[in-house]
Amino acid sequence: MAAKIATRDAYGKALVRLGERHPQIVVLDADLSKSTKTAEFARVYPERFFQVGIAEQNLMGTAAGLALTGKIPFASTFAVFATGRAFEQIRNSIAYPCLKVRIAATHAGISVGEDGASHQAIEDIAIMRALPHMTVVVPADARETEKAVEALLNWEGPAYLRMGRLALPAVYEEDYSFSLGRAVQLRAGADATIIACGLMVYEALQAAEVLAREGIEVRILNMHTIKPLDEEAVLRAAQETGAIVTAEEHSIIGGLGSAVAEVLSEKHPVYLYRLGLRDCFGESGAPGALLKKYGLTATNLVEATRSVIKSKKN
Amino acid sequence: MVMEHDLSLDDLSQGLAQKAQRIRQHIVRMIGEAGSGHPGGSLSAADLVTSLFFQELRLDPAHPDWPARDRFILSKGHAAPVLYAALAERGFFPVEELLTLRKIGARLQGHPDCRKVPGVEMSTGSLGQGLSVANGLALAGRLDRSNYRVYVLLGDGECEEGQIWEAAMLAAHYGLDNLVALLDYNGLQIDGPIQEVLSPDPLADRWRAFGWAVQEIDGHDFKQIIPALNQARETKGQPSIIIARTVKGKGVSFMEHQVGWHGTAPNQEQVVQALAELEVVGDGR
Repeated sequence: MAAKIATRDAYGKALVRLGERHPQIVVLDADLSKSTKTAEFARVYPERFFQVGIAEQNLMGTAAGLALTGKIPFASTFAVFATGRAFEQIRNSIAYPCLKVRIAATHAGISVGEDGASHQAIEDIAIMRALPHMTVVVPADARETEKAVEALLNWEGPAYLRMGRLALPAVYEEDYSFSLGRAVQLRAGADATIIACGLMVYEALQAAEVLAREGIEVRILNMHTIKPLDEEAVLRAAQETGAIVTAEEHSIIGGLGSAVAEVLSEKHPVYLYRLGLRDCFGESGAPGALLKKYGLTATNLVEATRSVIKSKKN
Repeated sequence: MVMEHDLSLDDLSQGLAQKAQRIRQHIVRMIGEAGSGHPGGSLSAADLVTSLFFQELRLDPAHPDWPARDRFILSKGHAAPVLYAALAERGFFPVEELLTLRKIGARLQGHPDCRKVPGVEMSTGSLGQGLSVANGLALAGRLDRSNYRVYVLLGDGECEEGQIWEAAMLAAHYGLDNLVALLDYNGLQIDGPIQEVLSPDPLADRWRAFGWAVQEIDGHDFKQIIPALNQARETKGQPSIIIARTVKGKGVSFMEHQVGWHGTAPNQEQVVQALAELEVVGDGR
């Protein structure tokens, strides 16, 4: 198996690679370039890197100004600060004027680990998803992150790219076709569907293996784009499998689970379980231990899937 | 030489004063017609905005997206009427459209929307955000080796926002001498005099301490505004701010110095009276 790579590392690498062919790429960071992995871009393209200091509001506004001239700014900081501290700058200076700013946030979710709840964004997808014009992308592994960064160069309007700190196993061992707004079916199945994003995609694949041994065939959808949501894929899953589990390293309020629930309840209600943080903050601890404690593992997905299938049959 | 220069500044000031009065008339008329809006801070900024649009800024109304144009950001977006009036007078859209302000379906939103109105560089209205955007424009200009300049109009109350000072630090850190802030220092904000709400003192010293080249002028005297803009253009290695002392509601006797006229529209009778007062053109100071 390939070495584990964090999505933030893939992001940093993608910026450097794409920076050469795309002079309009500029990168901004708020004193976290070593953690968000924009530091390498800063070293290779110092003219196009803007350190703004610990000032996230100004980070977003400055990025907006750069975007007005046709640059493609990647504004990076931790997800908590990007979407929390600078929310209203994102709303009024980026989303409302529909500027092509890429808010590339790292350290999302509880897998941040030891730094604890103050640094673990668990509501960022909900916040960004609520904004008109905003695209929300949550890559599942390093390869997908690189593809997402590249795809976002040719995508209009503002976008939020959510990445993590933790090194992740590869979901994609080989090349595949990525397109924004289109879910990727990673496994066929008719008994139920797991719709996952981010690090939960790998967990979903693990869960499907376990369930297969019980004779349960689960469809796996990698919903890397939370907005615009691939409603067609969701509805097809509802019609063809009749039971859905969503999985995200995020609050069950307002994230992927909510987005799927909104579509299902309006157009094709089926049994649904939303796996995620159940309206609580995280805490300090080793990432693996936290994911286990807060119920974000393949084991939890196996249980959740069995339960929706049971509901469907009753 | 000095005499000639003074004479031309005299002429220039008179012309600008006439233009500013026309812009004030538009402001009163459009807010009266809309039935809501912010006359006080629009009128206080009228002479500064007139100086920019009719003297300082390199613009082409036929090509609002001309890449080499100078940029103007109205950070105190509630003064949208002064911006709309200047843009219309400068030929970006028909003057008649001004009376659609704040009406449903109109381009002229209560606060400026850059996706709707030609010449509006950035959507603003939430205070504190324009200086950061100006920073981005100035950094991009430098990166592209373009010599356009960036102007941003700030309110005095607006400087209570922390983001202004984040942005002030960045502009000085990067030595953005293609950036000029104009501060409409009318001394009044919604809840009262700025000195009572949250004192900005020592205002000029604060900006100096943040690394800016500071000029303090009378914001209704074109013979001070124009030279200040000239001096800002000559300033190298640091951003410039022109702190312009102004009168809120300037030009309409019953609005001047009155906090209540921050966000209140004049009624029909008041519009008539205001327009009568604004027929009189001063000597430009």
